Amino acid sequence: MADTPMIEIDAVSRYYGIYRALDDVSLDIAAGEFFSLLGPSGCGKTTLLRSIAGFDTPTSGDIRIDGHSAIDLPPNKRPTNMVFQNYAIFPHLNVEENVAYGLKRLKLNADDERQRVGNALEQVRLAHLSKRKAHELSGGQRQRVALARALVMRPKVLLLDEPLSALDKKLREEMQVELRTLQKAVGITFVLVTHDQYEALAMSDRIAVMFGGRIAQVATPKEIYQHPLTRQVADFLGGMNFMQAKITSESAVNLSVETTRFGNVTIAKPKGFTANNGQATIGIRPERLRVLWDDAKADCEVTGHVVDRHYFGEITHLIVDVPGLEKPLSVSETNNFGADDIPVGAPIRLAYDPDALVAMAD
Amino acid sequence: MVALPGSIDAESKQPLVGSRRWAASDEAKGLTLISPTLLYALALLFLPVLIVIAYSFWSQDYLTIDRSFTLENYRVALTEPIYRDLLWRSLTISLVVSVITVSFSYPVAWFISFHGGVHKNLWLFLITVPCWTSYLLRVMSWKVILGYQGVLNTGLMSTGLIDTPVTSLLYNSNAVIITLVHSWAAFAILPIYVSLEKIDRSLIEAAHDLGDNKVWSFLRVTLPLSLPGVISAFLIVMIPTVGDYVTPKLVGGKDGVMIATAIQAQFGKGANWPLGAALSVTTMVIVSAMAGLMVLALKLFVRRIK
Repeated sequence: MADTPMIEIDAVSRYYGIYRALDDVSLDIAAGEFFSLLGPSGCGKTTLLRSIAGFDTPTSGDIRIDGHSAIDLPPNKRPTNMVFQNYAIFPHLNVEENVAYGLKRLKLNADDERQRVGNALEQVRLAHLSKRKAHELSGGQRQRVALARALVMRPKVLLLDEPLSALDKKLREEMQVELRTLQKAVGITFVLVTHDQYEALAMSDRIAVMFGGRIAQVATPKEIYQHPLTRQVADFLGGMNFMQAKITSESAVNLSVETTRFGNVTIAKPKGFTANNGQATIGIRPERLRVLWDDAKADCEVTGHVVDRHYFGEITHLIVDVPGLEKPLSVSETNNFGADDIPVGAPIRLAYDPDALVAMAD
Repeated sequence: MVALPGSIDAESKQPLVGSRRWAASDEAKGLTLISPTLLYALALLFLPVLIVIAYSFWSQDYLTIDRSFTLENYRVALTEPIYRDLLWRSLTISLVVSVITVSFSYPVAWFISFHGGVHKNLWLFLITVPCWTSYLLRVMSWKVILGYQGVLNTGLMSTGLIDTPVTSLLYNSNAVIITLVHSWAAFAILPIYVSLEKIDRSLIEAAHDLGDNKVWSFLRVTLPLSLPGVISAFLIVMIPTVGDYVTPKLVGGKDGVMIATAIQAQFGKGANWPLGAALSVTTMVIVSAMAGLMVLALKLFVRRIK
């Protein structure tokens, strides 16, 4: 990010009475980036997106788009376009007229306009439906119209408000790939709001995880999944086995901890870490624990017995009680080797890689 | 005239397996449910209209009715200058009244729908308050306001805007228009309000997002989508005002007489029911045609804006 960021969110707060929808949020989004705002409902992600679009005015702070302050600009003067959650397709216009809607204000000549509309419809593979009305379209088709209608304006930033939440699972996965491909093709900055962690992980260059009007962590999907800064982030992005560990030594970047069942390990110290009575919260993802079959050996092992089992088709979740741990471990194992046949109550050995242990700031 | 369940055509095309099954169908239940209303409407609306139409083709022979077919009544209704003028005046007044009522009501409905906030229902309630008093009383109170010594004249004189009372306020077509606009405003506001409420607000946001300012988004999204409400408001006001009898009688004076007064005269003192019936039917046909034209014109107007 050597250039100026495409979007600079500078200490933005938004209060509704005493309720803080956004609490001193600062964020930079680079040009050409696919950026996701991820969080549970009510975390402020939509308020932030609407503030960028101009539909909501922050109580304080500044928003700069492409280097210019946009805080006083109405939505129609901002170089952003939005794909609404319900797509907001104009019901009195057909597909073509919907896509051409914004172009009418640009006073293009008829040929240019027709060409741009045609190109945009090609881009979202809807050229064959150009005369259809909104009510004659399926959910996926409506979404494509909304996309084409925004992209035809050639915005600097495309804002997407939970665009896939109304689609069924299969279509949603297809559209994830398609959106990602489209973003790479047009090279526009995409800002996506979602509450679906898999969607954010699969599509984004970077993710900002938000809770209660604040940003908890901004990082690449891999970084955020493997090194969540806080318990909340770790929990929101998939399962995590949490445990307390005693700190034996602490440097500027590392923590050495003594665990009850995972030995003594040295792990990276998260930003903003504060010890709690000499204890640190550490965790390991369920899929980083592997079942050891028969007499297989591993450098690092924990032993326990299965107390519960949940079958998910390609994987099985095993709940493993390990003596000395405050909570049973959750283990996610593929069914290739018969994890779905392990009986409840059976003793089990689990292998792990000490690098898979992470420390969290709280 | 009476709306039957929409499924009736599709259903009846399928072979009937048995009358028993039909009796248990949704269609039968629907028809049973609406039958009191249906019979009521047939008896009190459809039959009288048929009788009026029948009368219009007969003629009056002093105290008896000559039931041989004739078009003479229609010739009189359409060619006699007095009826032509009255009909023309009635149509003009009702058109002016509906245009003014709808143009005044739209902003009110728009304000309540878009800026009514949590008090929407209170606003709507306040709009219906004048309708709690009798229609006659409301018309009479306009006499008090518009009269020579009325509220408006004395008010304007005390502010020094005029020296002598304005006489063109009462007992002419202006008075009829003013009174009718006031009487019908609530009936125009409600359908427009309902159609505005139905508009998804994200559509207006989408219009802003795509570059429209407030005026353009109103013209390109809000207005076309509220058109059904505007059309119903137009029809609700226009159709009954053409035949209004009370208002012209009370505040219209000589210049404000409308066709209903002439029809009443034929059924009353004139004792020429067939002519009265022909005048009624003529008015009905012309009003229907005008209403249809209004709907078409509004639709064309909105299509032009795109």
